[in-house]
Amino acid sequence: MAGSFTRMISGRNRAVLLASLGAGTMATGFLLSDNSLAAEVRTKLYPPSSDFPDLRKHNNCMAKALTPAIYGRLRDKLTPNNWTLDQCIQTGVDNPGHPFIKTVGCVAGDEESYEVFAELFDPIIKDRHNGYDPRTMTHPTDLDSSKITNGVFDENYVLSSRVRTGRSIRGLSLPPACSRAERREVERVVVMALAGLKGDLAGRYYGLEDMTDKEQQQLIDDHFLFDKPVSPLLTCAFMARDWPDARGIWHNNEKTFLIWVNEEDHTRVISMEKGGNMKRVFDRFCRGLKQVEQLIQERGWEFMWNERLGYILTCPSNLGTGLRAGVHVRLPNLSQDKRFSKILDNLRLQKRGTGGVDTAATGDTFDISNNDRLGKSEVELVQMLVDGVNYLIECEKKLEKGHDIKVPSPITQFRK
Amino acid sequence: MPFGNTHNNFKLNYKVEDEFPDLSKHNNHMAKVLSKELYGKIRDRQTPSGFTLDDVIQTGVDNPGHPFIMTVGCVAGDEESYEVFKDLFDPIISDRHGGYKPTDKHKTDLNFENLKGGDDLDPNYVLSSRVRTGRSIKGFTLPPHNSRGERRGIEKLSVEALTSLDGEFKGKYYPLKSMTDAEQDQLINDHFLFDKPVSPLLTCAGMARDWPDGRGIMHNDNKTFLVWVNEEDHLRVISMQKGGNMREVFKRFCVGLQKIEEIFKKHGHGFMWNEHLGYILTCPSNLGTGLRGGVHVKLPKLSTHPKFDEILNRLRLQKRGTGGVDTASVGGVFDISNADRLGSSEVSQVQLVVDGVKLMVEMEKKLEKGEAIDSMIPAQK
Repeated sequence: MAGSFTRMISGRNRAVLLASLGAGTMATGFLLSDNSLAAEVRTKLYPPSSDFPDLRKHNNCMAKALTPAIYGRLRDKLTPNNWTLDQCIQTGVDNPGHPFIKTVGCVAGDEESYEVFAELFDPIIKDRHNGYDPRTMTHPTDLDSSKITNGVFDENYVLSSRVRTGRSIRGLSLPPACSRAERREVERVVVMALAGLKGDLAGRYYGLEDMTDKEQQQLIDDHFLFDKPVSPLLTCAFMARDWPDARGIWHNNEKTFLIWVNEEDHTRVISMEKGGNMKRVFDRFCRGLKQVEQLIQERGWEFMWNERLGYILTCPSNLGTGLRAGVHVRLPNLSQDKRFSKILDNLRLQKRGTGGVDTAATGDTFDISNNDRLGKSEVELVQMLVDGVNYLIECEKKLEKGHDIKVPSPITQFRK
Repeated sequence: MPFGNTHNNFKLNYKVEDEFPDLSKHNNHMAKVLSKELYGKIRDRQTPSGFTLDDVIQTGVDNPGHPFIMTVGCVAGDEESYEVFKDLFDPIISDRHGGYKPTDKHKTDLNFENLKGGDDLDPNYVLSSRVRTGRSIKGFTLPPHNSRGERRGIEKLSVEALTSLDGEFKGKYYPLKSMTDAEQDQLINDHFLFDKPVSPLLTCAGMARDWPDGRGIMHNDNKTFLVWVNEEDHLRVISMQKGGNMREVFKRFCVGLQKIEEIFKKHGHGFMWNEHLGYILTCPSNLGTGLRGGVHVKLPKLSTHPKFDEILNRLRLQKRGTGGVDTASVGGVFDISNADRLGSSEVSQVQLVVDGVKLMVEMEKKLEKGEAIDSMIPAQK
């Protein structure tokens, strides 16, 4: 074990070590210098102004934030993994807008993207995360699930409960940028760690490539199987390359703890169960995450995290906790009430159809989850979800009896 | 990955077997040729503009196969790709283009007067005639690789060249970005408008980036000469008209191309061409002439004859549905065009279409009368 440990340390990108030391060293990035003569000539022939994208018909966070001046300063910079600004923003250039949601329009190719291209990412983060300023604020991480109160819902209304997040492996490029070798390394590291889980978390890995038809059908029936991304938001960000190489699904034997490998992030971690016991779901979530973290640390790896941005994920919208805690809940009366959206807004909750993001609700069952990701801890966000859903159920019960409901006051944000 | 040239050196830190793609379920030309050894041999190379082996093959890795056609599975990012990655492209070219060797020379002949006949295809059967090709402009990288600045540069040059044409070529350029609704409807009705590529063969090769920036369509006032700018190639040039006068279509095609080339040359940006591969285009399948000359022809009886496919084969022709590649025929009407691109000239390829279609129409007429066609079946061309 010691031998492979050493090999892993020496095989790791020097950027890993630098990243764990702190962000400052990466701030200036590296100038485009490979193939130097050709690059120089090219830069002269094509100054940044000639390459600036036409964003006049665009409506995403990147298009709002990117000015010709910022583009001019950042275009020729490189992260240590040789990722560029053009690659970060390609998805936002190719996808002017989305009918239902305000998309972010850019992705990180590696941990250092958020530093080297901070001039673009910081205003986007501020816009997307309610005024959170990465230059001055710090993000709290709290995975102590014992703090949650009133976390068991009325099962006459709540059909299922779920918490998800993502984790990235420090030292390896993110899905938009990773080479096949890096992606396979992510798979190796994660699968090796997961094999060490025991008790109610013990489980099995199913690589997408070698799945049998029977296994595939079972995973579909369990609603676990993820498919090759078709959304242009993801394909234009290069995340579907080499599919299905090094992609897979791990789940525990009880089918309550599930990990996606190399889909939109290195890992997506999901805890779920039927019914309304969000407390138990979150308990398992925190326990599982901590165990996985320990198992990878034993082998010399760690998650991407810093105190400015919390957990580092591919999409800036998932920074901080990367956490979406939600329920499938029946609200036949409340959903007809004109005040439904306002109530959700004030509780800092969002609704989706039961097919997930981009789907419309069918009937009277909704997916209700937290809006926020960054600036509040996991415990705070889950408590907000719990309190919010309990309030919605109260409203539903009141309306059932013909009583009136109140719109709650908005929960305060840190935005001034 | 597209335009991420410097990333390649970083990947070299990983062993060949760790980076080599899994092609075990693949069926395209690239997968047939690319072994782990070959990958290891050429993965550290890049063209002067920074296009790498992984850039070349990404589309073939992402698209294991196609139900109807054997796809190529790789693209060029610039003129030099075909040189720098010769070890990969040469065997693919040989496989795709009937055994074409690295030492072979390709003949270019755009002298329409060398075409014999072609003005008398029976319009009762031949509904329309069309010739298309592509052209790449020297000094710019190709659609999988080019930046927005380059693509706009290509558009600017193209617009200058195309809007300076006169006579039967006089026309107008419609940039995709700023088309009015009325213009768009008209172009759709004329069947001229090309849309953002949805085929993963193209999108995985990075060709739909920044859509619709820098893309557009020019056509002449008569609607018989059409140029697509920055779709799958820098330029796609199309000459077409109703009826069977392929000779006239080909004449317009040759004259138009030569006029356009002159103007580009004057600006110091001629077309990419060399004597081994002919005209350089994004997809290796279009090297040589890049020419697809064809007709929409009614062959309801012949197309159901058991020897139809063999006849086409011997005539060096291919059939498609009237929706183009990937479609099936409707009402016995087929799109019949030349199968070859590299190793024979434009004139000879169009000659094959003209002669072959003429013969097939005769066969159709015979079958209508209930007569046999066995004596008419040609020898292999």
